[in-house]
Amino acid sequence: MATTEQYVGRSILRKEDAKLIEGQGTFIDNQSMAGMVWMELVRPPYVHAKVDSVDVSKASNMPGVIGVLTAADLDDAFPAGLPMVWPITEDIKIPTHWPLTKDVIRFAGDAVAVVIAESRAQAEDAAEEVVVEATERPVVLDLEEAAKDQVVLHEDLGTNVVVHWSHGGGGDQTIFDSAPVVVHERYSQPRLIPNAIEARGCLAYGIPAAGEYTLVSATQIPHIARVALSIATGIPQSKLRIIAPDVGGGFGSKLNVYAEEALALALARRLGRPVKWIEDRQENYVATIHGRGVIHDCTLAGTEDGKILGLKFVELADMGAYFQLLTPGIPELGGWVYMGPYDVEAYWYEFTGIMTNATPTDAYRGAGRPEATFVIERLVDAFARRIGKDPAHVRRMNLHPPHADAQTSIMGLQVDSANYEPTFDRALELVEYDQMRKEQAARRESGDAKQIGIGLSSYIEMCGLAPSEILGALRYVAGGWDAAEIECRPFGKVVVRTGTSPHGQGHDTSWSQIVADGLGITPDDVEVLHGDTAVSRLGMDTYGSRSVAVGGEALRQAVEKVKEKARIIAAHELEVSEDDLEWTDGAFRVRGAPDKARTIPDLATSAWHAHSLPKGMEPVLEGTAVYDPPNFTWPAGTHVCVVEVDTETGKTDILRYVAVDDCGAVINPMIVEGQVQGGVAQGIAEALYEEAVYDESGNLMTSSMTQYLIPSAAEIPDMTLDRTETPSTTNALGVKGIAEAGTIASPPAVINAVIDAVSHLGVTDVGKPASPERVWRAIQEATKGSPGVSGGPGGATPGRQEGGAS
Amino acid sequence: MIPAPFDYTRAGSVQEAISLLGADPDAKVLAGGHSLLPAMRLRIARPTMLVDIGRLTDLSYVRQDGDRIAVGALTRHHDVANAEVLQQLCPIVAHAAGQIGDPQVRHMGTIGGSVAHGDPAGDLPAVLLALDAEFVAEGPTGTRTVAAADFFTSLFETALAPDEILTEIRVPKANAGWSFIKFQRRAQDWAVVGVSAVRSNGGVHVALTNMGLTPLRATGVEEAVTGGADPATAATHADEGTAPPSDAFGSAGYRRELVKVLVRRALEEASA
Repeated sequence: MATTEQYVGRSILRKEDAKLIEGQGTFIDNQSMAGMVWMELVRPPYVHAKVDSVDVSKASNMPGVIGVLTAADLDDAFPAGLPMVWPITEDIKIPTHWPLTKDVIRFAGDAVAVVIAESRAQAEDAAEEVVVEATERPVVLDLEEAAKDQVVLHEDLGTNVVVHWSHGGGGDQTIFDSAPVVVHERYSQPRLIPNAIEARGCLAYGIPAAGEYTLVSATQIPHIARVALSIATGIPQSKLRIIAPDVGGGFGSKLNVYAEEALALALARRLGRPVKWIEDRQENYVATIHGRGVIHDCTLAGTEDGKILGLKFVELADMGAYFQLLTPGIPELGGWVYMGPYDVEAYWYEFTGIMTNATPTDAYRGAGRPEATFVIERLVDAFARRIGKDPAHVRRMNLHPPHADAQTSIMGLQVDSANYEPTFDRALELVEYDQMRKEQAARRESGDAKQIGIGLSSYIEMCGLAPSEILGALRYVAGGWDAAEIECRPFGKVVVRTGTSPHGQGHDTSWSQIVADGLGITPDDVEVLHGDTAVSRLGMDTYGSRSVAVGGEALRQAVEKVKEKARIIAAHELEVSEDDLEWTDGAFRVRGAPDKARTIPDLATSAWHAHSLPKGMEPVLEGTAVYDPPNFTWPAGTHVCVVEVDTETGKTDILRYVAVDDCGAVINPMIVEGQVQGGVAQGIAEALYEEAVYDESGNLMTSSMTQYLIPSAAEIPDMTLDRTETPSTTNALGVKGIAEAGTIASPPAVINAVIDAVSHLGVTDVGKPASPERVWRAIQEATKGSPGVSGGPGGATPGRQEGGAS
Repeated sequence: MIPAPFDYTRAGSVQEAISLLGADPDAKVLAGGHSLLPAMRLRIARPTMLVDIGRLTDLSYVRQDGDRIAVGALTRHHDVANAEVLQQLCPIVAHAAGQIGDPQVRHMGTIGGSVAHGDPAGDLPAVLLALDAEFVAEGPTGTRTVAAADFFTSLFETALAPDEILTEIRVPKANAGWSFIKFQRRAQDWAVVGVSAVRSNGGVHVALTNMGLTPLRATGVEEAVTGGADPATAATHADEGTAPPSDAFGSAGYRRELVKVLVRRALEEASA
């Protein structure tokens, strides 16, 4: 329907939600096919062991079992191992990664066989009966221990130290020795488990006689998976279709290509039957990628009055037992934001990637940038404490000056636009900073058991992944472009095919708003198709806060192409020259005679019946754009958290949380707020609750949602959200991206608040997550010089079973 | 995530359930299923037979019975939490039941299941221990009553015989001062440490959650209070005789210190 109404910038409700709320979504586990069989992986209870034998004889004869296959049985199924697509240095050491391990179990997720059975239950029963004999090897999880190479995971590589990458630095490096104030700190950040609400799963089927295969997979990246799985299985890309159905979140954990996807395809090819696999949560915790797992040695050079002169970070990063799709690139992705939003004279960042007997790490919401922001913002607080200044004062005086155009930063890349001070000031205003400081002083004065702390976090992130030329320079094997196709159907409806692959982000709605405004129609007239390589041919999928900045801009350009053609048809029909037409009020109108007009629905119908098109013009009204961004986008913001810490028990409650973000122009404010709320919740989880804990044998102790503490709505405070808008200069929409900002900003805001609450007792450090015990111990140590009681935190007893309380 | 194979029978009466249990030593009673079914899905529990007593609705009630309040073993936590007679005469039970898990758990889980599971981290066992509750068990030879102090024998073990079924929980009227403190990481979690305190005949009964293999009475604290100690002094005895676990929620050492803080607060609240 032609309309003059504008939709961009409005919080219209998400059009994709009705089917999800009413239970009519088509997630992977909703799908089944005639003749379908189930796949179950055999993951023996070892963390590091040489496999001596795999006896499948009993399992093979179990009811319903079609076959039990080991790596040897599948030797000819995989021409190559699972691909890693970001060899970030020339001398990086890349371990071979087969879908089933051939010799050595290197982490708890390593499988030695697959069971194929008629039902899932039968497959699970049979998997228990596969007998694996193995010789255990010592387990190494600690990064510095692993770097000593006393236990080497991949003997052919000869070392666990597989990659070292240095940014190379910017500015005068001598300042880190010569500055009036030099602060050294070491921060470690635990492993995190991404916990998409839907675990992984896939369904592979095909026509073996034609060599054609389809994989339906709970993935963020159908287009990239098509390329990667073609390499792994040898199925040509021309005969491989990947479908991402409704996908229940990813947080980066589905920005990957996994063994199970390659196995399902290989088995569908071998058996000629559809093969389905659904991951259970215990499997998800060991076999799906983890995030974080890093240690930073940090140096800040500054002056006594609070000027930050230089920031230097040397990182150790836990790669896990293999490389997954992007593993070694994740720390590097953070390597470009270690200056934060601050105007510094010197910059240094380098990292070393180390193999350990744990689940491979890879992109987890924020991917490198939360790690960076955490250490910068902790370090700035440590600096403020050292020189006795208010941390808000120190931050504000160091903010980079504003610039409306792109400007090269100390780390060498161009920041698209910046205006940090209004964002910062608004956050302090909303949290009532001075008032909170007064309340804090009063609590300290009264000696109350419950003390108040205020924590700040100012951040900058690098989004809109990514300019292909820069990706090439950084040795990433693919590009960072994206694509959109617009097909204007006769009588007013429009079909959009996007190369992005939403899994909760609301692209159906936001993309409809962009197209509606561009073509003078309503969002309801727009149908957005995605997540199927046979439907949207071209794309680079969804991750890294890239979708609107790259896919959305591609869509805007496709709109312009549609309008270029539509303008020619309009001029032809109205018998005026194209120059006599202007696009106003949702139609091409003759200048001076606005009633003489043609809308896009009119013109689409004309182009479809093609009864009277300009001579030589092809029928139908369509537009396709493939857009390669000229630069990244650089969102920024300031978050402030106010906590109350019970000094007797160590428990933290969040009293206030304020987030003021600048993600450039906004398509749908409601969706932006949802992204910030979810991101902050995930960051609060990181700061106070979540941590992957292993015992000395390398077993994951936090092996279910009972022990791995994902907070519920009851633990997440109300948030006060606001925005400033500094348009990006990278794209014409002016958008920057918002999906990771909350997760990037919030962990240091919360931890800084916790430390601030008890800093008057002498506490200067509390690790993540700031569990009651960790906080309590820090207080004991600061006030009594001992950690209070013997024995470290955590520790291990057999885990409690799943479920609610008894 | 799929349990190992098992047989299933729905019992039509307590007597039928008892005879089914007697016929198979590896049979388990299924009530609300909120502890058993997750364990079965993880294949930690592998009963050969489930005896489902979930439809024995005559075991679901809360009523005054002389100087006691009788609660049927199959009463769901939600119904315990909302029972007026408990709210008025023994409010700590109703309150604690309302703190279990989340609303879905409270609508399925039963008081009898919670007690018979013998989980020292469960909320109700310590509450019932503090109240000196009585547990009525029915077996092939008849009915007997077990005092709370004798009921919880070890981790996930109780005085119930394999072919006995818990049918009723009896609590005294206790609407003087009381306190129920559940220190937890997340709203739906088990207590890291829990304290139940109930004033009684000038003294106070204090029981602890998740401080040992069973719910425990803090007798050192109780004696100190009887001897006239103030809450802060009495609470220093809180970890005496305990053997708390170390797990992802906290070390044993931390729990020993935490329990002293929580007992002090509970004593203050119960006497306020």
